[in-house]
Amino acid sequence: MFPACRYSLQARRCVGALKAVQAEHVAPQVCSTRSSSSTLSRITTHYSVYPRDKDPRWEGVEMERFADEADVVIVGGGPAGLSAAIRLKQLANQHEKELRVCVVEKASQIGAHTLSGACLEPTALSELIPDWKERGAPLNTPVTEDKFSILTEKYRIPVPILPGLPMNNHGNYLVRLGHFVRWLGEQAEELGVELYPGYAASEVLFHEDGSVKGIATNDVGIAKDGSPKDVFERGMELHAKVTLFGEGCHGHLAKQLYKQFNLRGNCEPQTYAIGLKELWVIDEKKWCPGRTEHSVGWPLNRNTYGGSFLYHLNEGEPLVALGFVVGLDYTNPYLSPFREFQRWKHHPSIMSTLEGGNRIAYGARALNEGGFQSIPKLTFPGGMLIGCSPGFMNVPKIKGTHTAMKSGMLAAESAFSKITDENLQSETAGLYIPEYEEAFKKSWIWKELYSVRNIRPSFHNYFGLYGGMVYTGIFYWILRGKEPWTLKHNGLDADQLKPAKDCTPIEYPKPDGKISFDLLSSVALSGTNHEHDQPPHLTLKDDSVPVAQNLAIYDGPEQRFCPAGVYEYVPLETGDGMRLQINAQNCVHCKTCDIKDPSQNINWVVPEGSGGPAYNGFSMIV
Amino acid sequence: MSARVLVGVKRVIDYAVKIRVKPDRTGVVTDGVKHSMNPFCEIAVEEAVKLKEKKLVKEVVAVSCGPQQVQETIRTALAMGADRGIHVEVSGKDYETLGPLQVSKILAALAKKEQADLIILGKQAIDDDCNQTGQMTAALLDWPQRSPEDGTFASEVNIEADKLKVVREIDGGLETIKINLPAVVTADLRLNTPRYATLPNIMKAKKKKIANVKPADLGVDVSSRLEVLKVDEPPQRQAGVKVETVHDLVGKLKEAGRI
Repeated sequence: MFPACRYSLQARRCVGALKAVQAEHVAPQVCSTRSSSSTLSRITTHYSVYPRDKDPRWEGVEMERFADEADVVIVGGGPAGLSAAIRLKQLANQHEKELRVCVVEKASQIGAHTLSGACLEPTALSELIPDWKERGAPLNTPVTEDKFSILTEKYRIPVPILPGLPMNNHGNYLVRLGHFVRWLGEQAEELGVELYPGYAASEVLFHEDGSVKGIATNDVGIAKDGSPKDVFERGMELHAKVTLFGEGCHGHLAKQLYKQFNLRGNCEPQTYAIGLKELWVIDEKKWCPGRTEHSVGWPLNRNTYGGSFLYHLNEGEPLVALGFVVGLDYTNPYLSPFREFQRWKHHPSIMSTLEGGNRIAYGARALNEGGFQSIPKLTFPGGMLIGCSPGFMNVPKIKGTHTAMKSGMLAAESAFSKITDENLQSETAGLYIPEYEEAFKKSWIWKELYSVRNIRPSFHNYFGLYGGMVYTGIFYWILRGKEPWTLKHNGLDADQLKPAKDCTPIEYPKPDGKISFDLLSSVALSGTNHEHDQPPHLTLKDDSVPVAQNLAIYDGPEQRFCPAGVYEYVPLETGDGMRLQINAQNCVHCKTCDIKDPSQNINWVVPEGSGGPAYNGFSMIV
Repeated sequence: MSARVLVGVKRVIDYAVKIRVKPDRTGVVTDGVKHSMNPFCEIAVEEAVKLKEKKLVKEVVAVSCGPQQVQETIRTALAMGADRGIHVEVSGKDYETLGPLQVSKILAALAKKEQADLIILGKQAIDDDCNQTGQMTAALLDWPQRSPEDGTFASEVNIEADKLKVVREIDGGLETIKINLPAVVTADLRLNTPRYATLPNIMKAKKKKIANVKPADLGVDVSSRLEVLKVDEPPQRQAGVKVETVHDLVGKLKEAGRI
């Protein structure tokens, strides 16, 4: 408007006030266009999409936060986060230094959101806690039998697992990872780590120089429509010299950090798969503790990556842990990973194990498949990324726990030496620790991930699965990954879907209630629950996109890939058209929607702490 | 006001978890399962803390009976605003058979020891649904007991000149009663909305004291006179049958021998 410098201070103030008034008038119009484009109430009410400082309902609400200082704050109480905490305290005790380490975890108790097969390679554990056996680590089932097969609709073709192939599990243990994580939590507490389950880190805090200052935990007491309730309380700020982010696969804070610090500038985008799992108590006659079975092939076609696992656990009862993994780069929007899983259980070789048994638990989680090519930059001023969050899973082995733990340990070691260095002069208020990345590149994680880097991308050929297996046989088994080239991935998983009109719907069999089940009864077994009166934590950047794009072009794939029935397209009350209904309470925090949404419109944010699944060692037994 | 309030809190399996019967049919699976404070107890704690904030009571003491893990539940009560906690150690077989009678004996003994003026309890626990502890405690102490009944509106509990004023919603309207202190109050669902235990309060609660006591120290015998013979899942619901006409309905009823 007017060149303000020509006017007096008072005049400038008036001009400023006028501009503010005009802005206020503009904002409501913008809001009303948003709401009139969908003539219904808003789906998304979360403050990350509708900021509270412009919301009249939040006027006068106290937004000041209590802050506390620690030396290191770790986001995520999983294998990586807890290993880092344990390592930090071990070093502190060894060198007789005081170190305050705080771990925040969104689950109500440590281990309640942990889900994995799981077949654990004890290498990292033996490095971290050499006397794990004496301390009672719950590694009760050594692998005794290893089977790999290709399934067709009726038959099973066994494939020999030669020593040296990544699927060889000799020396590994079948574990209930949630119990293992709980045990790690106990070890951490013994060493003096402060564990805070039930409190989710919802915001990253920054110093003025742009380095990470710490995190803030979630606010509580916000109603479903986004307004404050009587019990509203602000979250708390935890400041640290360095913050470790171990949120697991596709963490929501990590997503922000990638953008903020451009950590993915030099690597390929991460690719993912979804893993669905059930726990069954089977007939004792069929139980062979220590048996590990993997399969590929039916019911997926050769161009859809995926496979199954079935582990016989030795934990007192005749338990098996079984599950199905589907690569999220699948192209057919009619594919439902949940229903593929249920269908797979009807294969004769699987049904023979499950018949007469009882299903006791269910859950799902996304996992990384990008491997070596997708590793981002791991350190930035004030913070580091550990575990499945940046993603160190060895895909052909389907193991990521040992690499996650090792990354946590490496981060702890480099952080410790930096923090306790008395002559340290840091350029930024939050510590920048490039030593972590250097140590990482020299470690066995790097070598391991490098050697298997080409196996997953080798599936992107005309022969799909079979081409991939041939490639693995030649280049991994014989040459150990020493080939000089590095194959690329296909790009973002979200971009892989073909429009619905170009694809054929898949006819899935109805669940029979004995071997296969429907979605809602499965979700009930995950024990998931959230405070119902809170804004849905599956936020949409634009409320109109689901019907306009996802439904129109792709026939609403989110109704099929969500393993918890969160997304439903229901007819409008007026009769013409559909709307998206988000059943946020069902969410099991798998992150698949954030990954696979073709419009990338869904942004998963953390709900109020303690909400989410209640996996028990990923099982529910004595 | 120098009144002291004793609040009982119970650690129970979280209400959202699917319960499983143990394979040996002696009880339900509790190992590793998510536990939390009984929702009715949360409301009791909230009411006690509200009374303290209104300056009607001086001290709120949270009590729980059970093994080591109940300390987490007491910490949550401390984080909500209780001043100190008492952990009555009961573990193993004794804990499995601990019921309202033993708990009320413990609470009565503690009330005398701590010279409490008011006991606030949850109306019932969601694991056994007994709804007995409040009434039994009052009987043992020979104190009046009242449950501020809920309705569509929250009712009130107030202390006025050494008497407890309780407002209850009943079918005909609102009933206001005055009871002599000391008394036992049991809290029902809509009495209040419990506050969240925020992280800074959890951190502060770590510094608050929790005293350890054994039932024997209070002169209470926790042996049970009840024996659980068997625990079973409720029978599976049978699928219904849809019929097209009234004729069919009558036919089916005749088949089932009902008419």
